[in-house]
Amino acid sequence: MNKEEYQKLVKKHEPKENKLENTIFAFLVGGTIGFLVEGVIQVLMNIFEIGRIEASSWTCLIVIFIASLFTALGFFDDWMSKAKAGLLLPTTGFAHSVSSSALDYKREGLITGLGSNFFKLAGSVILYGILSAFILVIVKVIIGG
Amino acid sequence: MIFIWAFIVAGLMCMIAQIILDNTKLTPGHVTTLFTVLGAILAFFGIYDKLIDIAGGGATTIISNFGYLLYTGALEGYREFGILGIFSGLLTKGGLAIVGSVVFATIMALIFKPKD
Repeated sequence: MNKEEYQKLVKKHEPKENKLENTIFAFLVGGTIGFLVEGVIQVLMNIFEIGRIEASSWTCLIVIFIASLFTALGFFDDWMSKAKAGLLLPTTGFAHSVSSSALDYKREGLITGLGSNFFKLAGSVILYGILSAFILVIVKVIIGG
Repeated sequence: MIFIWAFIVAGLMCMIAQIILDNTKLTPGHVTTLFTVLGAILAFFGIYDKLIDIAGGGATTIISNFGYLLYTGALEGYREFGILGIFSGLLTKGGLAIVGSVVFATIMALIFKPKD
């Protein structure tokens, strides 16, 4: 079998993903999460009579708690692979990456396993988030913010 | 109206991320990092503030909000304490998500066993 035939064979057996379906699904799932989060914020604001910033902070913690719990219970991985970007981009994705690496590496010990690998996936978000925010604030200061 | 905008903004962000995932070789790690940096950039231009005003929870639940919080924390730190404030203030707002994830993920990891 030459290279070309092989490439054809590979292409034939590659799992076909329906891009349009993925995109619509990501939109619906992401939108629903945004909608629900706004709902929780409104409920918290009304029940506890707190400001929007405080309410969204509590909501953020609630979302992280739920995502961590669902990851630990085992079914969030399936949801993530189905909804893809719909669950990846909200805070759920961040919480999922942290709690799944915490769960997976626990067996290698509390320091060398859990501790060393805790931010394995979320580390780049934190690193580049901090760096970009730092640089942008410096720029802002220089141009006179 | 805020509910509709929350749906549309969060949905559109996820949709763009999905299109990037499907059509490039970038991994989910790349995409989340990209959107975090994008959030900081939108905050720099004052766009993210407006997005939160319009979409509320739809904008604050997206990972870009983390970049926005880091940027605004650092900027407020600078306004209060000068250059030192950039360092000390950067994580004041964004720290919530990090500490929350650390606490809950550790508790869950200690209670539950990983599913194989």
